[in-house]
Amino acid sequence: MRKTVLEVLGLHRSYGGVRAVDDVSLTLAEGRSLGIVGESGSGKTTTARIIVGLERADSGRVLVHRRDRTERGRGRADRLARAREVQMVFQDPYLSLDPRMPVATVLRETLRLHFPGTDHERRIAELLDQVGLGPREAAALPRQLSGGQRQRVAIARALAVEPAVLVLDEAVAALDVSVQAQILNLLADIRAATGIGYLFITHDLGVVRCVTDEVVVMRRGRIVESGPTAEVLARPRHPYTRLLLDSVPVPGWDPRRIAAARRAL
Amino acid sequence: MSTTVLRRPGLARIRTTRAPLQHLCLGFVALVVLAAVLAPWIAPYDPNRIELGNALAGPSADHLLGVDASGRDTLARLLTGARTSLLGPLGVVAFSTLAGVAVGVTAAWRGGWLDSVLSRSTELVFAFPGMLLAILIVSVYGEGLLAPVIALAIAYLPYVSRLTRSLVLAERGRPYVEAYQVQGHSGLQICLRHVIPAVTPVVLAQSTVNFGYALIDLAGLSFLGLGVPALTPDWGRMVFDGQSAVQHGYPLSAVLPCAAVVLTVVAFNVVGERWADQVARRDR
Amino acid sequence: MTTTLDIRAYHLRLPDTARPVLAGVDLTVDARETVALVGESGSGKSLTSRSVLGLLPHGATTGGTVEVDGEDVLTMTPDRLRRLRTSTAAMIFQDPRAAINPLRRIGDFLTESLRLNAGTGARAATDRAVEMLEAVGLSAAVLRRHPGQLSGGMLQRVMIAAALMGDPALILADEPTTALDVTTQAEVVALLGDLRERFGTGLLFVTHDLGLAAAISDRVYVMYAGRIAETGPAAALFERPRHPYTAALLNSTPRPDAPQGRLAAIEGRPPGLREDLTGCSFAARCPLATYLCSQQAPELLPVAGEPARRTACHHTDRIGTRGGADA
Repeated sequence: MRKTVLEVLGLHRSYGGVRAVDDVSLTLAEGRSLGIVGESGSGKTTTARIIVGLERADSGRVLVHRRDRTERGRGRADRLARAREVQMVFQDPYLSLDPRMPVATVLRETLRLHFPGTDHERRIAELLDQVGLGPREAAALPRQLSGGQRQRVAIARALAVEPAVLVLDEAVAALDVSVQAQILNLLADIRAATGIGYLFITHDLGVVRCVTDEVVVMRRGRIVESGPTAEVLARPRHPYTRLLLDSVPVPGWDPRRIAAARRAL
Repeated sequence: MSTTVLRRPGLARIRTTRAPLQHLCLGFVALVVLAAVLAPWIAPYDPNRIELGNALAGPSADHLLGVDASGRDTLARLLTGARTSLLGPLGVVAFSTLAGVAVGVTAAWRGGWLDSVLSRSTELVFAFPGMLLAILIVSVYGEGLLAPVIALAIAYLPYVSRLTRSLVLAERGRPYVEAYQVQGHSGLQICLRHVIPAVTPVVLAQSTVNFGYALIDLAGLSFLGLGVPALTPDWGRMVFDGQSAVQHGYPLSAVLPCAAVVLTVVAFNVVGERWADQVARRDR
Repeated sequence: MTTTLDIRAYHLRLPDTARPVLAGVDLTVDARETVALVGESGSGKSLTSRSVLGLLPHGATTGGTVEVDGEDVLTMTPDRLRRLRTSTAAMIFQDPRAAINPLRRIGDFLTESLRLNAGTGARAATDRAVEMLEAVGLSAAVLRRHPGQLSGGMLQRVMIAAALMGDPALILADEPTTALDVTTQAEVVALLGDLRERFGTGLLFVTHDLGLAAAISDRVYVMYAGRIAETGPAAALFERPRHPYTAALLNSTPRPDAPQGRLAAIEGRPPGLREDLTGCSFAARCPLATYLCSQQAPELLPVAGEPARRTACHHTDRIGTRGGADA
């Protein structure tokens, strides 16, 4: 039995009468990968933002290594401890990096904050190597890099803290297919090498199949189905999961039938 | 960034799309600054040297721009006057920029009640005419450069703080700021290292425009006899001193400082606006 | 069958680039046909579709012809171009929220073009708008709404209605479903299919999603670095790609029914516009590339035994089925 690293219990969050997150509970075991699938308005991103502390929950608890992390810490020590537990990679690599900061500086800032007094330059080279970048990219500004390279930088920045859990919020959605595959492979390699846990937020069932062990399907703030990814995708029990699966276009696809099914649901 | 700098209606009409005008203005600003810095060495006479016999003389080889009613060389006073005339606005801009950025960043970053309090109080200052405030303070503290500079600095603070606040609000919503929060950086660190450098160029452009306005306001105060002491060479003061000469039909000693004030203000306006445009274009 | 859109040897060059952005594109769309143009960002697919409306980037120089209903767009006068955009060809954009003025009512947005450019009366234009809204499944009440009051899916329907207002012969859809949810995507695609049947228009569907392209179109063009890599009937192309890029693209797409694990990613990235290209533009990333590929650009030639398909590859016979490039 693997140790549980992240546990979310009965999370609720409303925005003026709309229940964005409604009784969401999840568990992520050490080194595993959990997907949250849903469309816009499903509450998947709000859930992720509550877990990393960017958003507050109305009620419910977030536990990391059995420690309560629901409230955002007040002091510096609390803040740093939390950062070392959960890190996040954002959707748009064009906006998630400070346009004025060269890549090496981005990493150095994080290392200085969390690991003062260690050899930062060696660690920077190590991190960049881990995400497939070299010294040329280290000196570059974000605008001199491609979308895929920027997302690699964002991943390196998150890994620099050596977190237990990495939350990936639509982290490959903005990338071209061929680049997306490179990043997905990179993420698989990193998990195999470090034993880090992933919480993968996405709307893409193909991506879920590729990188997650377990999946929860969210709709209108609630979890409608959960289970092992292979199982859920092969034999969906909830009609909404089935609709999502049918919506993935393949040859011989009948969009009219899906549109009818969507209206019926 | 779509925010543009705040300008007064009259000057906002000067459009700076044509390159020659921009270069001309930049050149003029450089010239005035150079004159102010080098004044003690390049001024042909002591600006306070009096040649009563020569009073109200026109331009000549000895006095290139003539002599005023008290027999002082106009060119020397114009050059030396550039120092006081630029030093005052510099003080106004330095203080209003530093304080304005501090207020604007605090209001935008902390939000909530602090934002309300800071925004309302700067609006209060906005509603109060800066010149009136200056006259009030000068009448309490007596003449001298410091009192009007502090008064105008307070009056100009809202221009900077309002702009800073809106820029910081926009910057704060960007994912990279959230990324730093998730990394465990404190709000103060993020502001100092990322948010303030991001908004600085636009704020400095606004301050450049403000510099021109402060110059015209301080010249106005000097003209009213409320700014610098009587003998200090200063453009506003020169216009005041030259009034009687104008009535006698010798306008040069009053018209030249007038022209200097107007041209400098326009030049700073154009340079500031152009800077803001460039920043906006680069960020797009 | 009449050809609605006929692009021949179309070249487009931008200032400060080492190579043409579009280097000899050949593409046709017949009436009542859905054609998909597939490519990644920077492939030139959006530039191609925008060229059909004469929307060229600043400083662009062109060669070849882009004929809509037999008339070359590239040599049209501004006046003729405006009429083309009002009544012959219409475009549906990726982000409907960015393409509609948020301060105007939907009714104004729909009727504006007809009233200003075609001189239709306000009454007739409104009648037409109601008819088109009903065709896309919306009620006339939408006319008085503002864009902010509608969902993304509804707004994209409004965009489609707007495209149909001038009764066009050709609709250009530039990633019309990318900004939408997957279930909404199906609805919009179904609608586009119905309308194409009903109004007899040709449809050029620009997308980055090869799966979507294969699912909805009659024929597919795959574009890479400003050239057509491969074209043919959708099902056949999807089943057995004849260009290594198409094969690699299919293999690198994560699919819900594939097993977990590493994807066959295409290493490297597309050539930038500052790099001059000799030979095949895909050679640097291609597992089948030989010396020939780096020296000579392959022509788009018919595939042996499959006359409807054409591919631009020196080694098309070495590409296996579905597994892609056997390298």
